Amino acid sequence: MRFVDEFRDADKAHALAARIAALCEPGRQYKLMEVCGGHTHTIYKHGLEDYLPESITLVHGPGCPVCVIPMGRVDDAIHLASQPDVIMTSFGDMMRVPGSNGAFFDANARGTHIKMVYSPLDSLKIAKANPDKRVVFMAIGFETTAPSTAMTVLRARAQGVTNFSVFCNHVTIIPAIKAILDSPDLRLDGFIGPGHVSTVIGCRPYEFIAKSYRKPVVVAGFEPLDILQSIYMLMLQLREGRSEVENQYSRVVPWDGNTVALKAIGETMELRPYFEWRGLGFISHSALRMRESYADMDAERLFDVPGVRVADPKACQCGEVLKGVLKPWECKVFGTACTPETPIGTCMVSPEGACAAYYNYGRMNRQRVPEAISIGLSRP
Amino acid sequence: MTTGRAERSLIPPADREQQVLDRIERARRRRPKLREERITMSHGSGGKATHTLIEAIFLEAFRNPLLEPLEDAARLPLQTGDGAAIALTTDSFVVSPLFFPGGNIGDLAVNGTVNDLAVAGATPLYLTAGFILEEGFPVADLTRITESMRDAAAAAGVRVVTGDTKVVEKGKADGCYINTAGVGTVPAGMNLGVARARPGDAILVSGPIGDHGVTIMLARGELDIEADVESDTASLAELVAGLLGTVPGVRALRDATRGGVATILNEIAKAADVGVLVAENAIPVRAQVRGAAELLGIDPLYVACEGRLVAVVDGGQAEDAIAALRAHPLGAQAAIIGEVTADPAGLVTIKTAFGGTRIVDLLVGDPLPRIC
Repeated sequence: MRFVDEFRDADKAHALAARIAALCEPGRQYKLMEVCGGHTHTIYKHGLEDYLPESITLVHGPGCPVCVIPMGRVDDAIHLASQPDVIMTSFGDMMRVPGSNGAFFDANARGTHIKMVYSPLDSLKIAKANPDKRVVFMAIGFETTAPSTAMTVLRARAQGVTNFSVFCNHVTIIPAIKAILDSPDLRLDGFIGPGHVSTVIGCRPYEFIAKSYRKPVVVAGFEPLDILQSIYMLMLQLREGRSEVENQYSRVVPWDGNTVALKAIGETMELRPYFEWRGLGFISHSALRMRESYADMDAERLFDVPGVRVADPKACQCGEVLKGVLKPWECKVFGTACTPETPIGTCMVSPEGACAAYYNYGRMNRQRVPEAISIGLSRP
Repeated sequence: MTTGRAERSLIPPADREQQVLDRIERARRRRPKLREERITMSHGSGGKATHTLIEAIFLEAFRNPLLEPLEDAARLPLQTGDGAAIALTTDSFVVSPLFFPGGNIGDLAVNGTVNDLAVAGATPLYLTAGFILEEGFPVADLTRITESMRDAAAAAGVRVVTGDTKVVEKGKADGCYINTAGVGTVPAGMNLGVARARPGDAILVSGPIGDHGVTIMLARGELDIEADVESDTASLAELVAGLLGTVPGVRALRDATRGGVATILNEIAKAADVGVLVAENAIPVRAQVRGAAELLGIDPLYVACEGRLVAVVDGGQAEDAIAALRAHPLGAQAAIIGEVTADPAGLVTIKTAFGGTRIVDLLVGDPLPRIC
């Protein structure tokens, strides 16, 4: 498949891997954090760690939008969906995120009407097709998905749709990265910057990481060669003693971001004073809510939202995993009490969650997997 | 007593990780327990939740030696003394939409049941057809469906010999649901089953995977993606007869429906307690299917087929099996995709096209309900 296969070329990967290995200083350990869950998914799906020397550890960061939703918000959403004549819509990943009384799937089995959509615009279509219902879109995601929510709100206003609203759970990436940098129990050498978020916010917002914290950042694409190349670029900065923001994903990410998208977000949403992140706690100015001028499409104003706070289950160590302090398998309940089919923590739900990625794709002893297939493979 | 951080750190990380892996494997081998209080859509996905439901509820209630292998068709020994048997299977069809490129619910209802018999090594002979119809369903649509069933039955060499009709109030069903059951004869000495897989065996697929699932997904029109792809629904009876007639070393056959090829591979690894290793770039997938799956973030390995089989064959006869499959139009793109290994037992691993290794697990949750 053109435009994809050239970014998954095994020969190029081998060549890059050799150059990465050559940059490792003997005896030094490197910890690089991929901030974005999409990167975590790519790393595991393609088995990218097979190419890295043992001295480089990839730490999976907080950039999985589903993983950072606290249980209380799931309960709030189910409460909203339980109101008369409500159809709630959300992305597929949300369907299995556990609240204190089950996930959306379980709520649907009890009678709510929560539908999976691929785009917020589909929610608008559903609203127009069901004028006697109230359609609430449970919006989640970083700056990556916020523009599509904003555009949908603008379109709903322009088209005079009155039965559509947004339960806004959009979060912003920079405060989360800052929380991790300020976390005392973590030592990181560099960051693989989130490519999708950066298509919207650009590369400038990361400059404080390079300047104030002296850590290199390379904004990376989502194909395995993109990530391998960004690791090479990070290692080269470390070798040369530089800490800069570099853009590996320049074919998509403009340095200054997408001003149209940022304008749409700014028009419809504003920063909340604080927001609770799963496992990370309350972080100030880290999330978005609907502006007063769009109150008629703000589910939190239209409905009575209980705003429940639910403490994370005691055994759950999602916070440590999200901060990269623990590897997924080091969590006490990993793989036994907490599995993708019965997740306790959110990291186990989304395919972008570090725990789910490790459980689904990486749960093996690499020494026991044969090096190659011995039977002659016949090409179709 | 908990192990302190200092104490834990004395054990090398690789060993600690292995301990965790062992603990997980033990947990996975425990009899599954159904935790939900109500049925959710995941229970119909063909993945982990479906397996749990079957083992915790149905197998628990009906447990007997004929059911226990949980193969596509039950094998009922005849009292003739020569080892011949009857194969019996049943399948219900609730696909939405009812009509889609390449077929309709009628084709599926016949081919699905015929294929469950064929991959058990049986010659499919007779089918039943039960219809649950919603009040208001157009008779013209029912006629189209039954004509497709007639043609599919003729193509597969089976007859529909008994049936049932129920009508429910408007809103209590979605147009038309069909159940079919089928019987066939299994010749003496024919004994296929995924539990027979052993290290050194080859794993084959009979053609490109994922066509049906992607077709249905696009046919729903919710995604604004168009692609030139149609369902692969077809009877595998002839293809299987050709394969079994020429290759004695066939150990197991499965048709890769719900849950796709990945689910079959996991069933092999679990039933035979072996490892299964496949190569991503050996697995045939049409470019349109790969493209659509890529856009939707799903893996073609989990996407349903309705006319493709997975075969486990003695490694020494793999090329013969490929030749036998390719001799039939439905098997023209048959390919060896991997092999059975001793280690890591119970796991399916894949060499990615990128050159890395990862696990292929059973699917959790459901990317697409009601595909068949």
